[in-house]
Order: sequence, then C-alpha cells, then structure tokens
Amino acid sequence: MIALYATLLIPFGAMLVFAVIGHWKHAGTLNLLVCFATFLTSLQLAIDVFTNGFMITPGQLFYIDAFNVYLILVNALVGLTTSIFSRPYMAYELKIGRVDGGRMRLYHSMFQGFLLTMLVALSTNNLGILWVAVEGATLATVLLVSLYRTPESIEAGWKYFILCGVGIAQALFGTVLVYFAAEKISPGEESTLLWSVLKDHSDQLEPTVLMLAFVFLLVGYGTKIGLVPLHNWLPDAHSEGPTPMSAILSGLLLNVALYAVVRYKMLIEPALNNHLPSYMMMGFGMLSFSVAGILLHHQRDIKRMFSYSSIEHMGLMTFAFGIGGPLATFGALLHMIVHSLTKSAIFITVGHAAHIAGTQKISEIRGLIRTQPAVGWTFLLGTVAIAGFPPFGVFTSEFLLFTATIESMPWLVMPLLIGLAVAFAGLFRHVQPMVFGEPPEGQLPVKANMLPIIFHLFLVLWLGISIPDILANWLDQATIMVVGKGLL
Amino acid sequence: MSYAQLSLMEQLILTLSAMILLTSFLLLAQSRIISLINTFASQGFLLFLGTCLIAQSSGRYHLYISAGMTLALKVFFVPWLLRRLVRRLDIRRDVENVGGPSMIMIAGGALVLFSYYVALPIRELSDLATRNTIAISLAVILLGMLMMITRRKAVAQVVGFMSMENGLFFAAVVSTYGMPMVVELGIAFDVLVAAVLFGIFFFQIRAGIGSLDVDHLNRLHEVDR
Amino acid sequence: MNGWILAIVQTSLLLLCAPLLTGWVKWIKCKLQSRQGAPPWQPYRDLFKLFKKEVVLAESASPIFRVAPYIVFGVTVLAGSVVPMFAIGLPTAAIADVIVLVGFFALGRFFLALAGMDVGTAFGGMGSSREMTISSLAEPAMLMAVFTLAMTVHSTNLASMTRYLLEQPLQLYPSFVFSAMGLLLVAVAETGRIPIDNPATHLELTMVHEAMILEYTGRHLALMEWGAMLKLMIYGMLLGDIFFPWGIADSFAPLPLLIGFLSLFLKLFLLGLSLAIMETGLAKMRFFRVPQYLGLAFILCLLGMLSHVILEIN
Repeated sequence: MIALYATLLIPFGAMLVFAVIGHWKHAGTLNLLVCFATFLTSLQLAIDVFTNGFMITPGQLFYIDAFNVYLILVNALVGLTTSIFSRPYMAYELKIGRVDGGRMRLYHSMFQGFLLTMLVALSTNNLGILWVAVEGATLATVLLVSLYRTPESIEAGWKYFILCGVGIAQALFGTVLVYFAAEKISPGEESTLLWSVLKDHSDQLEPTVLMLAFVFLLVGYGTKIGLVPLHNWLPDAHSEGPTPMSAILSGLLLNVALYAVVRYKMLIEPALNNHLPSYMMMGFGMLSFSVAGILLHHQRDIKRMFSYSSIEHMGLMTFAFGIGGPLATFGALLHMIVHSLTKSAIFITVGHAAHIAGTQKISEIRGLIRTQPAVGWTFLLGTVAIAGFPPFGVFTSEFLLFTATIESMPWLVMPLLIGLAVAFAGLFRHVQPMVFGEPPEGQLPVKANMLPIIFHLFLVLWLGISIPDILANWLDQATIMVVGKGLL
Repeated sequence: MSYAQLSLMEQLILTLSAMILLTSFLLLAQSRIISLINTFASQGFLLFLGTCLIAQSSGRYHLYISAGMTLALKVFFVPWLLRRLVRRLDIRRDVENVGGPSMIMIAGGALVLFSYYVALPIRELSDLATRNTIAISLAVILLGMLMMITRRKAVAQVVGFMSMENGLFFAAVVSTYGMPMVVELGIAFDVLVAAVLFGIFFFQIRAGIGSLDVDHLNRLHEVDR
Repeated sequence: MNGWILAIVQTSLLLLCAPLLTGWVKWIKCKLQSRQGAPPWQPYRDLFKLFKKEVVLAESASPIFRVAPYIVFGVTVLAGSVVPMFAIGLPTAAIADVIVLVGFFALGRFFLALAGMDVGTAFGGMGSSREMTISSLAEPAMLMAVFTLAMTVHSTNLASMTRYLLEQPLQLYPSFVFSAMGLLLVAVAETGRIPIDNPATHLELTMVHEAMILEYTGRHLALMEWGAMLKLMIYGMLLGDIFFPWGIADSFAPLPLLIGFLSLFLKLFLLGLSLAIMETGLAKMRFFRVPQYLGLAFILCLLGMLSHVILEIN
C-alpha cells in the first residue's frame, strides 16, 4: 500500500519541484534519481501484488492486479532508462541552444507529470479517473512536443492537441454511457464507476448501451493508441518533440491507451452475447498493421519512420487482444513489454544518431558504424529486434501471436506475414545505408550513454531466449484476468 | 409518459436543451471572433441554467456544484481568457469566411438526426425525465467536432473543442444526473489546463507562422515528399 | 347561420382594421424617432384619396396589369377570412387549412410579381426578381414550421390548432419556441419590413415591394397598398392564434366575443409596438445577406422539427 502511494507521490512531488528548479544544472541527475526511486517503489509494489494478490486501497480509488502492476513496472523501468538518456541529451540540446532554462524547467516538470499521469491511469480503479489521467497525459506532453518552437514542432503539437482532444472526448462519452449502464444496477451510488464493482456486475449490464459505449471508447482511446485512420497525430508528435519524449510516448502512452481499451473489453464483452468488440479490435488492428507497414516505406525522417513502426506494433497488439484466447493474450502482453523496451531503446539510439549527423533526415544520416561503432551496432541490433528476428523477444511474442492466429483464424496469417515482410523491408531499406553507408566528412562521435540501450536490448534478448518463470507466471495471471483462462 | 404529462420545469429543461442545440448551430455559422466567444459563453450559461433546473427537479443537489463549476469555467473563465487573448493578439476584428455555410448547416442537421438514431436504444432504457436530451447532448458533441473540422482559425477550433466539452458535460448530466464528483472535478481540471495550454499555443503559433490560420500549419505530411 | 354572419363581420372588421395597424406602427416609429408623425388613421385618408384619383395606365400595360390588383386583394381577403380573428369555430375555417393559406399568399405574390414585370420597366422587374428570391427561401421555412406545429396539434386547420392549444393546460413546447422564432423571421421577410425591405422609402437600390407597384396609380395602387396592410395584419393574427391563443372566443355568446375582440386588440397593439421598436433599432440588411437571414429562419424551423421529433415524442 505504501509502495503504491510512494510510486504516485514521488513523481507528483518531483513535478512540482522541477517546475521551480528544472533549469538547475543538476536537474537531469535529480530527474534520474527520482525515476530510480519510482522504479524501486514500483518494484516493491509488484512484489507485494505478486505475493499477496490484488489490492484495493481504502476508498477504492486504486486497484492493483496482475494486469496493471506489470505495466506499472514497465512504465517505471522505461521512465528510468529514458531519464538516464535524457540527462546528457538535454544537456547537449541546452548547449547548442535549442532550448533555454525556462523550457528545461517545463521539460523536467512535464517529464515527471507525464509519468505521474501514466501511473495514475494504470493504477486507478475509477474508470472516470482513467479518462482524466489519459487526457492529462496529453496535456502534459503537448507542450513538450512543441518544445523546440519550430513551425513544424508547433504544427505537430497543435495537431496532437486537437486530434487527441477530439478523440479522447469520444472516450468520455463512452465512459458516460458505461456509467449510465452501471447506474441501472445500483442507482445513485457513486461507486458504480469503479472497475472492481463493475466487474462483479458485468453480466447485469445492459448490452445495447455497452456495445454503443465500446464503439465510442475504442474510437477515443484508439486515437491515443494510434490506430489507423486515427493515427495522424502520432508520427508528427514523435518526430518533432525531443527524443526522450518520443521514447516515452511510444513506449508508454500507447501502451496505457491500449490498456484502457483492453480493460473495457474485459468488462464489456462478457455482458454481450456476441464478439463484436473483438472483431472491431481485430479490424482496427489489422488495418493499422498493414497501412503503417506500407507508409513506413515512404518516410524521410528517421523518427517518423520508427513511429510508423510503433503504429504497426500497436496494431498487432490490438489485433491480438481482439483474437482473445489465452495464447494470443499472453503473446500480446509479452509484446507490450518487449515493444516498449525495444522501441524506447531504438528512439534513444536514434537520438544519438541524430546528434551525430546533426539532422533527422534519413538521407543525411550515413555511416554510423564507422563514426561511432557503439551507436551503429545498437541501432542495427535494435532494428533487428523490432523487425522480429530471433533470438529477440519480439520474435517470441510475434511467434505466439501467429500460433494463436493459426489456431483461431488461419486465413488471417497470410496478411499478417505479408505485413511483417513489408515492414521489415521498409525498415531495412532505410536503416542499412544509415548504418553501413559512407560517413560524410568530419562526422564526429558524440558523448553517448549506452547503458540504457544495452540494458533494454539485453532484457529483450533474455525474454527471447527464455522467459523467466516468475514473469511467465505473472503474465499468466494477467492472462487469466483478461480472458478467464490461463496458458500455463 | 407523453410530453404533456411532464411538469413545467421539466419542459423548461427540455426547452433549454433545445436552445443549447441552437447555440451549437449558431457557433457553426458565426464568423466574427468576438461574437463566436459570446455565443460560446451563452451556451455555457444555458448549460448552467439547465443543470440548476435538473438539480432542483431531481433533488440531486450535488449537481449544483457541477453547475457552479460550469458557470465559473465555461461562462466566465474560458470566454474571459479567449477575449483577453484575442485582444492581446489583436485579432478582434478578424472575420473568418466559413466555407459553404449551407452545406455545413445541412451536415449539422444530418448529425442531429444521426445522434437521434444512435441515442434511440439508450432512451428506451432510461426512465429519467431528461432521457430525450441524450440525443441532443450527443449532437452538441458532434457539432463541436464538425466545427473543429470546418474552421480554419485556431480560436474557432478551440471554441469548437470547448463546445464539445459542453456537450460531454451535458451528456453526463442528462443521462445519469452527473458523473461521480471526483471525476467531475478531474474533468474540470483538465478543461482548465487545456484552456491555458490553448492560450500558450496561440502565442506559439502566432510566433511560429505569423498567423492564427491553421491552414498555414501544413509542413508535415503523412508521406514525405 | 350565426356563424356565417359572424364570419362576414369578422372579415369586414379585418378590412377595416388593417390600415389602422399599419398607421399605428408608423406612428410609434415616428414617435420613437422623435418625429411629429402622421396620426394612426392617416392610411385611411391615403386610401380614400387614392380611390378618388384617376387611373393612369402605361401604354405597354397588358390586361394582367389591370387584373392583378383585384386578384391580389381578393386572394388576401380570402386568406384573411380563413384565419381566426377573435372567435374560432366559424364556418369559414372549413374553407382552407394553413397549407392552403400559404398557397393563397403564393398565388397573390405570383400575380404581384407578374404585374411588376408587366410594364417592362427596370424597377418592376428588379422588384419581382427580388420578391421571388425572398419568397423561394422563406416558403420552405414557413412550411417546415407549419408542419412542426401540425405534428404537435394533429391538425393543419388553423381553428382546430387554436382549439387544441386552448384546451390543454399550459405547456412549454421547445418546437413551438423555435417555430415561433422562425415564423417571426419569415413574417418580417414576407410582409416586407425592416431589415428585409423598408416600406417607408422608395430608395432605388433597396426597395422590393415598392418597386413592383411603382407603376400603379389610383384605385389600383389603393388595392395593392390595402392588400399589403391586410397581409401584415393576417400574419399578426396568425402568430397570435398559434402562439398566444388565450382570449380568443370559442362560443358565439356576447361576452366571450367581447373578450376575444379585446384580446385581439391588445395582441395587435403589442405586436405593432414591438415591430416598431425592432424596426427603429435595426438597419436594413444588404440584399445579399437576405439568404443568410432566411437561412437562419430555416434552421430555426428545422430545429423546431428536430426538437419535436427528439424531445416531444416518446
């Protein structure tokens, strides 16, 4: 219990403190320490939940079970490694004058604010608060997207704000509808929007309203996941903001939005007599997966390219949760972890690569492996990992997903394979010259902290070779929560 | 229960909701920035009145708090902020030519019908006096969205966004007599922060592209050329 | 039998009172604008004078030009006889319902526009084209409002509409609120008042109704003018019947009839007052903005219809 409160209060306090001292020259280090503390408390929280089962705080505001606690842990971990990377990265940006003291304050404060909203969204028991927190995440990051104040970054920020605002409004309407359905069971009680209460009564909820609600919720949170055709903001926001921002947006925000959708699916599908929510998720997922793979080929900005890759993977996960069944769900949960880790590692390397080349244009980044072998190799390895090569963890989870697809709908395997091949070709077409090409004259290595990248890739590799029992058990518990049946 | 059996106060609530829908249509067609903000404020005021009446007639007195927040936020704070920004940015006299007004109006009417059909199954399940207005609240949300799509000025888009929020709040009030208080507070806080951020964005956009016309924000493409 | 007598009395009263309403509005307007102003009965003098005068016809005028004033006036009187004035349940109510009423007005307008173009002067043609533009936009809105009201009261007959409303306890219908606003805008456009048309001037660029009757003289002009006054009165009674039906008599006993007459007098008195205040406060609109104005009227009527469907049907 204390661990939970600490996990939430530390970033909250840090957010306030950084609003005042964020431009201090050791603020980056402090940021790192704060993230480390958050990580430790969330680890403690995970252990608590793992040994004692789910927990509800008094007042029922927070509810931690196997499903969200592992996401909280991933959240804290990615936050930690990103803050390790962010320290030298932002110091460099400050040195070359792209940001000033005021914006550093904003950056550090909102970095913590973003982590806070993510943690609140994951841990809350109240579906209304879930919405408030996801909207809060947009608000926290929107000024970070436009941090550099270039016309492009302002455009990206505005688009992000408007599109996500419109999208998330649909989700609120969906939440209202769920509350409407819930009120039928126990009218006038404020507790009816609580997940723990709703879950117990899900079979009494009115199916027509819930179906309608799910459509709105999927469109709303789907905008945040970046599902095609609601994805327009995502590549812009990822490419124009500072790189640590892209890393946590891609690694965390998308996951949290997907988490929200899955929570609602868990609630709504048992109340319906059909599988429409599943089919809708599969449809949206498949569409995003294929479209993003194709669009990946046409990118010229390195961060945009990888953000399309994020859309592709989010589509895959949405698809997998849509298939349902223990195998697919287990695979999707695993994929959430490995995608977060790999993608944030890639964005961190991309940040270094962009500093080396002084630009984000794919055509002007050349010969990383000769200029700075560490960056070049990790970049290559990260791309190999995200493309789904063995022995990395992405391969394992994708393999599980494919197996599940073969079991339930074999005819969908073909488009999945083709999509994967298309995305793979798109990635390597661009990455190969960036890594191996001839470096331009006078390209110098930069000061880079490779620790977070190596750590992430190592974890992904480990998950690819063998999933530790403890994690497997854990994911299995989460799978039981989501689909009612375990894999192991 | 037919319409004539409702009490006069409930009929007044329904009339107010129809007036809110009217303000949404006015927002769609309004081309002057200052009148736009005033219309938005009046929408907020109607919302406030409606919420108060619902609180009175249903006996859910906690709705007065929500109504008070609406009054403070949507009638005073946001319009005040927008007016101040418009003055500071010196765009008071800006007139935006709304492209194809009759098409937009027809689209608006179609959206109202659409929300009527969407809300039909919900209406059947409810026994509140205000159940018929769920369709109206959905229509206000969708009209706000339509406004954000059709408008080119950043200020107008923000007004559309806020009017969507009005619709959401109204939906919560009429379908369930308000969300739990903690959620309402959270939403109000989000709206407050969003309004302030929009203000900051105006200055950024103005500094970045020299105009508040979001058509000029066209450097990023889905597929790079 | 009583009914027919009463109907004839009512129609003659309509004919008699219409100039007074116009004069009243003019007088108030003058007072509001700090002018001396002609007394409210001035229109009677004008009409009397015009009837005495000789008729001068343009050489190019066809028979239509000569027939038109009688048709326009006759149709307007017929329309007026249908609208309940201070009593409902008159036998004339069976002649036509509110849709036919709209048709009567359209017929009158058709001949008015023909007459405007007949002589072949520039102003007449311009006035006719403007009149038709306005009415083509106003009529759909008006019909929409009429249908909305008819859906609530389950009848298109004016007398039954009024009776239905009188028999119910006080209700607040959102659709009525919108239809009232929409019909008011339409009425202002159709009777040629500010901000659509200014009845007081002959300013070349802006006139609509006056442009069409520019070539008329003598008794022809008197009939046209009288017709316009009747139209204003009819619209006033129509709005009163539907939205403020209180006071109108539903039996032919003397006391209810007296109350009906007094309430009608009061309603028209107030209507004239508000019309004058509105006309003083507003400026005439550019003609190109008229479609926007009528678009608003249409949207209001459409919203009336939608709110009836959404809110009032269970």
